[in-house]
Order: sequence, then C-alpha cells, then structure tokens
Amino acid sequence: MSTETPLIGDISATPAQPLDGARIGVVTFPGTLDDRDAARAVRLGGGTPVPLWHDERSLRGVDAVILPGGFSYGDYLRAGAIARFAPVMDTIVRAAGAGSSGPGAASSSALPVLGICNGFQILTEAHLLPGSMIKNDHLKFICTDQVLRVENTSTAWTSQFTDDELITVPMKNQDGQYVADSATLQTLEDEGRVVFRYVGESPNGSRNNIAGISNERGNVVGLMPHPEHAVEAGYGPDDATGLREGTDGLTVFTSVISSLAGGAA
Amino acid sequence: MPTILVEVMPKPEILDPQGKAIANALPHLGFTGFSGVRQGKRFELTVEGEVTEEILDSARTAAAEMLSNPVIEDVVSVTVAEDL
Repeated sequence: MSTETPLIGDISATPAQPLDGARIGVVTFPGTLDDRDAARAVRLGGGTPVPLWHDERSLRGVDAVILPGGFSYGDYLRAGAIARFAPVMDTIVRAAGAGSSGPGAASSSALPVLGICNGFQILTEAHLLPGSMIKNDHLKFICTDQVLRVENTSTAWTSQFTDDELITVPMKNQDGQYVADSATLQTLEDEGRVVFRYVGESPNGSRNNIAGISNERGNVVGLMPHPEHAVEAGYGPDDATGLREGTDGLTVFTSVISSLAGGAA
Repeated sequence: MPTILVEVMPKPEILDPQGKAIANALPHLGFTGFSGVRQGKRFELTVEGEVTEEILDSARTAAAEMLSNPVIEDVVSVTVAEDL
C-alpha cells in the first residue's frame, strides 16, 4: 500500500507548480476509501502526499492534513463518530486550533485541514466544524457530478478559485444532508463561512444548500462532494471540453500548496 | 448483571428521514393506524457489579458526549434495568 506509483494515467508529467516542501498528510482510518485518490490529487497539485495512520499520534511533520472520504468504522454509531476518537484526531484537533482562537487570530500557526465527505462528517463530530450530517432527505445513495459555487476564496483550501466560481465535482453519499440550528446557520452566512454551495436543485435537502463550510479562521474546511475525483483530464466529470475532462477539483489542492508556500515566504 | 439503558432520539425539529420512510411503508402491510414514526437508538451498557451513582453519572456523560450528537439528537433517558 501507499506506493508512489500511480494506478492510472501519467502523473509524472506536469505538476502545475512544483513547490518544494509542501507535505500534505492523508489520514487512513479503518473503512476509509478515498485516501489514495486524495494522495494522487496532492501529487497532481504539486505537493507530496504523506500517509498518516489513524492509530498513530504523529503527523510526521506535515504542513496540512486531508481527512478523505469513505466509511470510517463502517459509519457505526453515526458517520464519523468513532473516527473522532482515533489517536491521530487528538493531534489534528490540537494542531488545527493552534494559536489563539477566534476570528482575526493569526492563521499562520494553525494547521490547514480539509475534510471530504466522511472527512467532513468526522470534522463535525470532532467539533472542528459546526453542524452535522443526516441521511439525504430522499433516503437514496446519490452518485452524481455536482455543480458547486465557491463562495469563500479566502480559506487555505480555496485561495486560487475566483469569487463565485462554478465548479463541477463528483458527489457520492447517503448521509449528506447538512443540518445545523438556525443561529449556527445565521453565523455561517454572516461570517461568509459557507465555502461551497450546491447550485440548482438541492441534491440532499441540506440547509441553505450548504455543500461545504469553514471554521472561523478558514484553516479548516469540510465539504461533502469530492474534489479529489476531479483532478485529472480523462478521469473526471464531463465538462465543456469533453467527456470526463473536468479537473475543477485540482484547484483545492493547488490552493493549499500555494497558501503554504506563501506562508513560508 | 445490571444494565444501564440509554435512549437517544432525533431532535423534534430535525426531520427524521428513516422514520418518515417507515411511516410510508407501514400502510403497505395494512398498518394504517399510525400517522407518524420516529426512529431512535437504545444502548445497553453492561456493568460488572453494582450500579453506583458514579457509574450512572459516567453513563450520562457518555450519553451526552458520545452516544448522541447534540446537534441532531436528544438523550431521552438514562435508566438502570436490573434484569434484561
């Protein structure tokens, strides 16, 4: 496992911007599915993926962490509820909240963390992000290419998108309906912390059509759709240029890598 | 062996998609007397020996902090059952 050899495609060609030293940890829990796709996305974005194991506290000196999608611990109890108590999460929760908390605090010391799908569920269970996910309102597992609007481009993970940019990335889940109380929703809206919003008809009944949110400082972002599945032409969603040519998700990974480079400069 | 029962239900203001699906399916089997269903969870925590107030307290804490998610669920009851 965790070999550096790609499963498919040629990724040796052109990382858009080879930035030395951007090491992005990808956590594997029992039941995680998309860790290797996330690692590929990091590499295609120009960074170095570092496998992290749920049972180890060490983050191996990484500059950022991705909690990938899947069904950690079989979604037992609640999606993400058991993973929250994994040893690696203690370290991640501490590092993500490092430095003083609250809006306006220096963001440079806080670890950038991205939760995708089950990773987003884990972040809410770990209280790094507010709200929770319940079953889709239509009760079906959905697997579709989903259009999102990027509404916050100041987070570590979205800095290279343009304001209100529309992107298409795959989405596949059963517990994807984002819920939070009205005060929390109001806070998220007022503070511009809705990072990704579903465009068009709601795919799952999420409050305010929320697909992804950030914490106050913008270093922690979670979303239900899967940007790591839209990073390589030929294997992504369909787009205007052709079948499966969509690579809109790649910008999530180049964003954090360039944020890290900027922070180090 | 004494057992502590913890019951957790989805919050009233949260639509319970599973309960709704069950409610819609009941009439198919001829159960027409029910206008709604909500589905929750029951946990049975087994205790070696006596259930002290301290153990009961820790069950209440576990119920609030792990067995339920306060964003979407309420702990309805934490009780002791002597013989199951």
